[in-house]
Amino acid sequence: MTGGRAIILGRIREALRNNPAPRPHTSHSQSEAAADHNGHAQREWLPKVGETLPERIDLFAKISEGLTTEFHRVSTITAARELLVKLATESDWKKIASHSHDDTDALLEGIGLPIVRTEKGYAIDDLESCDAGVTGCEVLVAQTGGVMVSVESAGGRALSVLPPHHVVIARTSQMVPDLTAAFEHVKLKYGTQFPSFISFITGPSRTGDIERILVLGAHGPKRLTVILLDE
Amino acid sequence: MATQSADFQTLSRRYTADKGFRAFIQKGLSGYYQKRDQNKANFQDWQGARDLAAETKYEAVNHLDKYLLEFEAKITTRGAKVFWAQNAEAARDYILKVAKENNVRSIIKSKTMTSEEIHLNDALEKQGFGVFESDLGEYIVQLRKEAPFHLVFPAMHLTRGQISDLFQKELGSEATDEPEKLTMIARDVMRRKYCEADMGISGTNFAVAETGMISITENEGNARLTTSLPKIHVALLGIEKVLPKLEDLSLFLPMLATAGAGQTMTCYNTMYAGPRQPGEPDGPEQMHVVLLDNRRTELLADAEQRDALGCIRCGACLNVCPIFKNVGGYSYGTTYGGPIGSVITPHLRGLKDWKHLSAASSLCGACTEACPVKIDLHHHLLQNRRNGAKASPSPAEKIAFGGFSLMMGHPALYRFAVVFGRIFQPLQNLVNGTILDPLRAWTGSRKFPTLAPQSFHEQWKKDRGSKP
Ligand code: SF4
Repeated sequence: MTGGRAIILGRIREALRNNPAPRPHTSHSQSEAAADHNGHAQREWLPKVGETLPERIDLFAKISEGLTTEFHRVSTITAARELLVKLATESDWKKIASHSHDDTDALLEGIGLPIVRTEKGYAIDDLESCDAGVTGCEVLVAQTGGVMVSVESAGGRALSVLPPHHVVIARTSQMVPDLTAAFEHVKLKYGTQFPSFISFITGPSRTGDIERILVLGAHGPKRLTVILLDE
Repeated sequence: MATQSADFQTLSRRYTADKGFRAFIQKGLSGYYQKRDQNKANFQDWQGARDLAAETKYEAVNHLDKYLLEFEAKITTRGAKVFWAQNAEAARDYILKVAKENNVRSIIKSKTMTSEEIHLNDALEKQGFGVFESDLGEYIVQLRKEAPFHLVFPAMHLTRGQISDLFQKELGSEATDEPEKLTMIARDVMRRKYCEADMGISGTNFAVAETGMISITENEGNARLTTSLPKIHVALLGIEKVLPKLEDLSLFLPMLATAGAGQTMTCYNTMYAGPRQPGEPDGPEQMHVVLLDNRRTELLADAEQRDALGCIRCGACLNVCPIFKNVGGYSYGTTYGGPIGSVITPHLRGLKDWKHLSAASSLCGACTEACPVKIDLHHHLLQNRRNGAKASPSPAEKIAFGGFSLMMGHPALYRFAVVFGRIFQPLQNLVNGTILDPLRAWTGSRKFPTLAPQSFHEQWKKDRGSKP
């Protein structure tokens, strides 16, 4: 089936050639800033982020609270493990899912539960029946309280969304100030060979579709736990 | 009178008369206003962010061919197929073809207004495909066989009682008045659908030219599941949604969240760069991007209103519009309601049948002020009125204004009209607004001021006329 590529492009070019549009009325003289697209112009306007790591961690913690993300700081991997065991016992996990990665492997050592590993492929029903998904991440975003994940850092597309509880492990070196820095991180890390999926997760899944009343766990995880390991 | 215009009048009259309904919509929006303002205040400068967003969209829309080609080239090298659809039919046919060629049985969808625009569900169902809307609000209106009420909040017109009744009837579930329980009912139904579906259809909030990605914004996680589990992913994309750079998203994602739902960030903002790549454990084997024109190029050709293509469909203009809040989403009879719908529908579906929407505005400008990308909405409504009047002038108006200008240009005629008015106004007062009143369309809800016993001109003549 041939599409209307040439026709649509022709229509676009004709529309643009014949009629220059007036520039938008802006109160700030930033036409050049937008025109050269250095990717940083927005930092001037977006919510402010502190300069130091402790300030950023505090901001992340504060926003997490509003989002009902369960945010924990631990100073050793042993403490992280204890935290996970506590979660597993409290919520009576029978089976969990994860992917092989330095931090997730260390975290899951000795957990004593069956683990579905996704990095080499998995059966959907097998993942669907897990009580929790444990993943790493690319970075944490202080400005928004977000977790940036990708195929590479979170064991594929579905591991971080299908099980009802998502647990993320991150290190303090992964805390970045804002979304712009998060995009810079993936560009630096992958060049042009991006994973096919990159996502900002900001809090547990939610909906307000019934009378605009907030309900958590619409289709994705009802709980999101972020464990930040001090380095 | 065009039927669309008559329908608008009937429906808007009905909804406006329903005070309970209006109060319900107002209540639904009240939390939004508060959270939106809180989040706006977190910006260092919301107005500066709007300026930059408007500039970025200006750059993208005014170089649309360049950015679309860059996007196409980049996402194609990643293995996605890009189909350029000139109109709704071409888009539907392509998606049907993909579904048939791959022996698709069950289709899951995440929220996409573009698919409403091209009436995709109807076409798929007629060909025997099962189609399930996975967004909770969309699922509810799909079960009710209704269109979405609002761009962002599709089921905001329904009470929990109505939704519970609907679920009892359609899904055989227990009655409940807890939104949480109702949500869980839908969650359980959908879980099975995700696992079974072999095609997922999504919309797109932004496309990124630089990296060849599409970006999808959602709160529920349904779009992520729709684009992860089925073996085919079809993404619908209006041609106007492309942005130049990946970093542009760091402005648009928080702005969309703030303006759209009063959130810092929407729960999931996901960038997809093609189908599953070699070595990746999951994701669809095929990804099809359907680029839709469907007369967007008509709007592009109108330089005066071109900025309306910058719309990110956040719904903010609907939420503040005094007309929308009173007449509701269904009165419009369009896919895109509220101020932005009134602006663009005449371009997308013809001025003649849809110009009446631009008349349904108080021109208060609340929409323009709310718009995160600074679309000059209320002036565009005014321009549509002008264009409509130019294209098909009303004979009655022509006579009225011809008479008016004749009268104003001839002092003698004017004086005669004033005397005439003084004599006949008391008579008109007797029948004001009733069926006998020839001016009742206007006087039904307004009162004409009483003509002064003496005009300024007469007073001047009397008091000063004799003096030097
Ligand atoms: S016109 Fe502006 S306010 Fe209205 S939906 Fe589009 S972007 Fe939002």
